[in-house]
Amino acid sequence: MKKVIIVFMFLVGTVSFAQNKNARTSIEVDGVCLMCKTRIEKACFKTKGVKSAVWNVKTHELALIYDERKTDVETIKASVLAVGHDTKDLKATDEAYNSVHPCCKYRDEAVLDDHSNDD
Amino acid sequence: MKHIFFVLLLLPTVFFSQEKLAGVILEANNKNKNLVLPGANVYWLDSSIGAVTDMNGKFSIPYKPEYKKLVISYIGFKTDTITVGTAKAIRHWLEPTDNLDAVTVKSRKQATSKSYLQATNTFTVSSDELLKAACCNLAESFETNPSIDVNFADAVTGTRQIKMLGLTSPYILIATENIPSIRGASQAFGLSFIPGTWVESIQITKGAGSVVNGYESIAGQINAELVKPSTDDRVFVNVYGASSARMEINTHISTKVSDKWDTGLYLHGNSHNAEHDVNHDGFLDMPKYNQINLMNRWQYTNPEKGFVSFINLKFLNDEKQTGELDFDPQTDKLTTRAWGSEIDTRRYEVSGKFGYVNPNIPYQKIGIQAAFSSHEQDSYFGLNQYDITQNSLYTSAMYSSIISDSRHKIKTGLSYTYDHYDEFLDAKNLDSNYERTEYDIGAFFEYNYDNLEKLNLTAGIRIDHSNLLGTFITPRFHAKYTPWEKSAFRMSFGRGKRSANIFAENQQMFATSRTFNILNSNGNIYGLEPEIAWNYGVSYLQGFNLFGRKADITLDYYKTDFTNQVVVDYENPLEVNFYNLEGKSYANSFQAELNYNAFEHFDLRLAYKYYEVKTQYDSGLLDKPLVPKHRLFANASYETALREGGKHWKFDATFNWLGTQRFSSTASNPVAYQLPDFTPTLSTLNAQITRVFSSKFEIYLGGENITNVRQANPILAANDPFGANFDTTFVYGPIFGGLYYAGFRLKL
Repeated sequence: MKKVIIVFMFLVGTVSFAQNKNARTSIEVDGVCLMCKTRIEKACFKTKGVKSAVWNVKTHELALIYDERKTDVETIKASVLAVGHDTKDLKATDEAYNSVHPCCKYRDEAVLDDHSNDD
Repeated sequence: MKHIFFVLLLLPTVFFSQEKLAGVILEANNKNKNLVLPGANVYWLDSSIGAVTDMNGKFSIPYKPEYKKLVISYIGFKTDTITVGTAKAIRHWLEPTDNLDAVTVKSRKQATSKSYLQATNTFTVSSDELLKAACCNLAESFETNPSIDVNFADAVTGTRQIKMLGLTSPYILIATENIPSIRGASQAFGLSFIPGTWVESIQITKGAGSVVNGYESIAGQINAELVKPSTDDRVFVNVYGASSARMEINTHISTKVSDKWDTGLYLHGNSHNAEHDVNHDGFLDMPKYNQINLMNRWQYTNPEKGFVSFINLKFLNDEKQTGELDFDPQTDKLTTRAWGSEIDTRRYEVSGKFGYVNPNIPYQKIGIQAAFSSHEQDSYFGLNQYDITQNSLYTSAMYSSIISDSRHKIKTGLSYTYDHYDEFLDAKNLDSNYERTEYDIGAFFEYNYDNLEKLNLTAGIRIDHSNLLGTFITPRFHAKYTPWEKSAFRMSFGRGKRSANIFAENQQMFATSRTFNILNSNGNIYGLEPEIAWNYGVSYLQGFNLFGRKADITLDYYKTDFTNQVVVDYENPLEVNFYNLEGKSYANSFQAELNYNAFEHFDLRLAYKYYEVKTQYDSGLLDKPLVPKHRLFANASYETALREGGKHWKFDATFNWLGTQRFSSTASNPVAYQLPDFTPTLSTLNAQITRVFSSKFEIYLGGENITNVRQANPILAANDPFGANFDTTFVYGPIFGGLYYAGFRLKL
């Protein structure tokens, strides 16, 4: 019995030390519409290791499930920035921002106003 | 050590002692109209506990006293946070982000919604659409839907059969909550055994459909979701009475048993005991009947752990009597004193479902289903006798997950089906006993790819081993492509295979004087081979704005090619012959449908359908009898603006025009019993007015076939029912003529 427990404890240890295959996290990403949603989610999936990415248009929350062995939050954020979407702490380059569709220019007050009439 | 284990076991129980908060989310508007919001997000602030509202805007979410702030959000609406003190039901109106009238109209929910996103050509019929006609059972609920044709009741049994893509219901997989339910012995009358008020929504898929629910579907799949105890009204009463003296009563009672368990008791009764003979042929125009239908549902929900479970118990007793007016079953049964018929059905059903969604990994799901049914029908038609007993078991287990990321979804699982049929016959030229056991074990795998923008495709395959159908592979494929905004191009192909229950599916043939012949003897099913067909389809959906109002148009073309079919040949008026197809059999269908919201609260739906259904009979390649080549359909519905307290009016009208239909040949009959080659064209009109007094009470008044169109002589040789030419199967139109009804619905 003792041996079994020791082996078991050992296993538990390794499991918890191993990196999480299904790590969950949320980050805030700026955007305005369903087109942005597709762009943001597609950018995440281009990062190897991202399993699920759901961006909420309303709350700007990007819910992620990813494999920690293959990627990390910083890499995913970089992919999102590369397609022109700001995160809470980092701003996309102007070059990247300019690549988004004119109707998705979320930094522009006029565009935001436009979208508030949507749906 | 042992003690720790017990403590661990106890841990989950702590979570079990929880309450749930239920409610409904509506769209705020200055007219106080009840516009429910399906798909709105409801969650507790600073937690991961959330729910999404269903088709009727209802939700249910776990509740703990420490949860105080409930957040409700929906795209295009202001996100609201409400403070919750107790687990009392919530009714909340969400404000559109811009409170313009135009916004309210734009986001109005359609009663029938077509998907721009899914790969399959599926549309969902919500309970709103079902209320457009006071449909008493599932068969009648398709009357406002152009994709499904509801046939006129046959002269004897009064049952309405449905068709899709020009093919009859045995070629459609009909499921209740994804368990195939109307099959085998219940094929002929099964749709009338599901009361309309039990149905929450219906999903109709054209084409072969998914492999998950089996290999039997050929023309399409219909799935009826039943009302759920947790979201249904606590008490619901519906009473219906028609001018034909048909009465129906529906009552639903649902209660919360504990924080996790809900139960509902559903009772349906219908009866019609008046005798009608408007065409004076000596036969009842519609059968006299009594039906009792009971269902008890238990629902277990634990969103935190991700468990959902349903247990259903059903019982049905249905009795029909028809025939000549002076027929008395006590003295005249199975004699030539008078022609009469009785059909008695009893059915028991037990089914259970269990679903698990990993709360941490929401894309991992497990679903297990099991259903057992016992169906017993005792019947006679004149001198022909037909009894069938079917015991059936269906089980399936499915696992869904993703490959690499959530754009690639998979579903895989196993299913097992067991059917035992025992048929007793006393009919010309047939053996007196047919018994067979059919079992099937199958494995399926379905892959779905969604690139989040333009392309969505589903490819499925299943391998089955059946004792009578052999080992075979069923491939199915569906794809959707969106080249520009509000459009969807779809294509699909798939294979279906099934054993034809020739007697159960063609019961109307017993109400004739025909002789029955099965011309093959080498097959496993009544000597016949299984039916195999391929279905191919393309479809184009385009949404657009016409004069500033929403509209959409759908063009569909489907082709079903039979590799083998059990041909049911009525071409000799003295015989019904069954044989394996030799040559071609196909069904081509084209449909054009336009939906238009012409002005506020007014919806219009127009459709044109073209069918070419041909089969190689012994006497040549002929059109299938009684299938119109051309059909027109129009439905208009109007609702007045909502007054205070939810008062408003609803108007609905449906028009159908049917082109000529071919009669099977009667050329060899004596001249008096010969029919023309084709039926006349036909148009019918149904209308209904509903007065809603409040969200709790409404009354409705309607008319079916209000232009009083009738087929004058539906029964051939009605004057000589035991002679050689007696036949009740040549029905192409309404027999009874106009019918008016009224009823009320009460919800508490």
